[in-house]
Amino acid sequence: MSEEAITKTSYHIPVGPIHPALKEPVYFEFELSGEKIIDVNVKLGHVHRGVEWASRKRNPIQVLYLAERICGICSYCHPAAFTLAVENACDIEVPERADYLRVVQAELERICSHILWAGVAAHEIGFDTVLYFTWQIREKALDLTEFLTGNRVTKGIMTIGGIRRDITPDMLPRIKRDMQFFKDNFEKLRHIFLDDKTVKMRSQNAGILTKDDAIKLCAVGPTTRASGVKKDVRTGESYFAYGDLDVKCITPKDLTGTVNGDVYDRIIQRLLEVKQSIELIEQCIDEMPAGDIVSEPKIPKLMNQIKKIEGEGVGRHEAPRGEVIHYVKFDGKSENPYTWKVRAPTYNNILPWIPMLKGEQIADIPIVAASTDPCMSCTNRVAIVKDSKRYELTKEQLHKLSVEKTRRLMK
Amino acid sequence: MKKKVTPEEVVKYFKDEFKTKIKGAKIVKRKFGSKKKESYYVWMKVDRTVFKDSIEHLIKLQYPHLAVASGNDIGKIIEIIYHFTLNYDQPLEEIILNISVELPKTDPTIDTISDIIPGALITEREKMEMLGITVKGIPDSSRVFLPDDFPEGVYPWRRDKTGPEKYYKNLHEVKK
Repeated sequence: MSEEAITKTSYHIPVGPIHPALKEPVYFEFELSGEKIIDVNVKLGHVHRGVEWASRKRNPIQVLYLAERICGICSYCHPAAFTLAVENACDIEVPERADYLRVVQAELERICSHILWAGVAAHEIGFDTVLYFTWQIREKALDLTEFLTGNRVTKGIMTIGGIRRDITPDMLPRIKRDMQFFKDNFEKLRHIFLDDKTVKMRSQNAGILTKDDAIKLCAVGPTTRASGVKKDVRTGESYFAYGDLDVKCITPKDLTGTVNGDVYDRIIQRLLEVKQSIELIEQCIDEMPAGDIVSEPKIPKLMNQIKKIEGEGVGRHEAPRGEVIHYVKFDGKSENPYTWKVRAPTYNNILPWIPMLKGEQIADIPIVAASTDPCMSCTNRVAIVKDSKRYELTKEQLHKLSVEKTRRLMK
Repeated sequence: MKKKVTPEEVVKYFKDEFKTKIKGAKIVKRKFGSKKKESYYVWMKVDRTVFKDSIEHLIKLQYPHLAVASGNDIGKIIEIIYHFTLNYDQPLEEIILNISVELPKTDPTIDTISDIIPGALITEREKMEMLGITVKGIPDSSRVFLPDDFPEGVYPWRRDKTGPEKYYKNLHEVKK
């Protein structure tokens, strides 16, 4: 490595398969000139467990629980998209109340995920006190999830044709109290992230994704919206109860008046969405119609119905990280899916990393990579460092570099 | 973004240009929530010879968002389905356009669309390794998800003898 550095040619640094930002496996190969990144190559692969193939041996109800285990954070989104795909393929109507209850769960998951992300982002630039503060708020969100579903992480609440647990009137005061708690703390979070000078210095003009690149590379979720593309499944398509509710597609323009597509905009984007989620849950609680929560409670009857279906369906849901889309095909002979394709949001947000990281410094890798909120177990799988002579940077070293840069800026 | 289109217009737009090369076009409408607002799904089969032209034709109408391409192994044919979305910035007007292409197993080749929609690269590479198709003109044909030491000529999503069956049935033999 030292020889290459002396001759001033560009050199390669492999980063990973341990993720530089989150604790998940992905492999980057950076071509560098001094501190500056010239080119990036991303390799995926570590945690591919063949769930799509495994679904061929399971009926749709069993697949729900398999889908839930694709990702710990999106443990509601994947069953939700799968359920929508099955309902579209089999033309199953869902009771109105279940549509509203599904929105409550989806938005609660978004609050958990975005606040977790805010903590991780703060950690990446060296603000560990903020990490503890955000995770304290998230703990409240997880407690509420447990109160509503019985579980903290894998909720097991989705079912085909409805939802498994109702929200009864005696649960409402607790939900309202917690929503008030989130609102109070949201102000504090907003102040920490958006008014702090050092956060601004580290995140403004870092990792820019232009609107044009976001459209061409098919980016999804907060990543694309922070670049000014108004793509949100909740506003674009009528599904669950989103067609009834007052949802607006938010971009950072709503707060600052301009869109830069940098890391700072992605922070704004997620914070605004937390606020939107709180409002959506309150709207749902107020407007929820009475009625059944599941269209067909007898599972064997439902399976018999699905067995006769020959068809295909697509289900889409706006997960915290962006659009998740599932494709399901039934062949009319078995109730097990013939094909099941899962497309998680990070799958589409991998390619936008390349324009984001080009031209940045090594110390910016953690925060830029983290700014898309990547979820590798959703997307993934493997990479091998072939040339053992290459210089390797561990995630601890990378994190140290990032923290040092923040300290330097603060002086 | 150009002006919004309706699902009927999309189907007509394709049929006018490609006539009989478009088969099985259908519009599925579903209702959700208490206001019963509709969402639209368009399905159509495009002949392989005009596939690339049809995508170029689509871009003239509106630059679409490519969500993903999925694939089925149905006997002698491999079916690749491209899931696009149109009108995504119009409230409640989004259309999911599913364009499927059938490739015979004797010659499973398809043209790349990653030159006109760069975001298609990862999903095309995934179809190559998982279904054993060849994407003509793809800038990077290396594997995405499968490890480098995964055997050549085995395609995890196939249902014939090139599928992964022998590897999971005799795990004790494979793991050496």
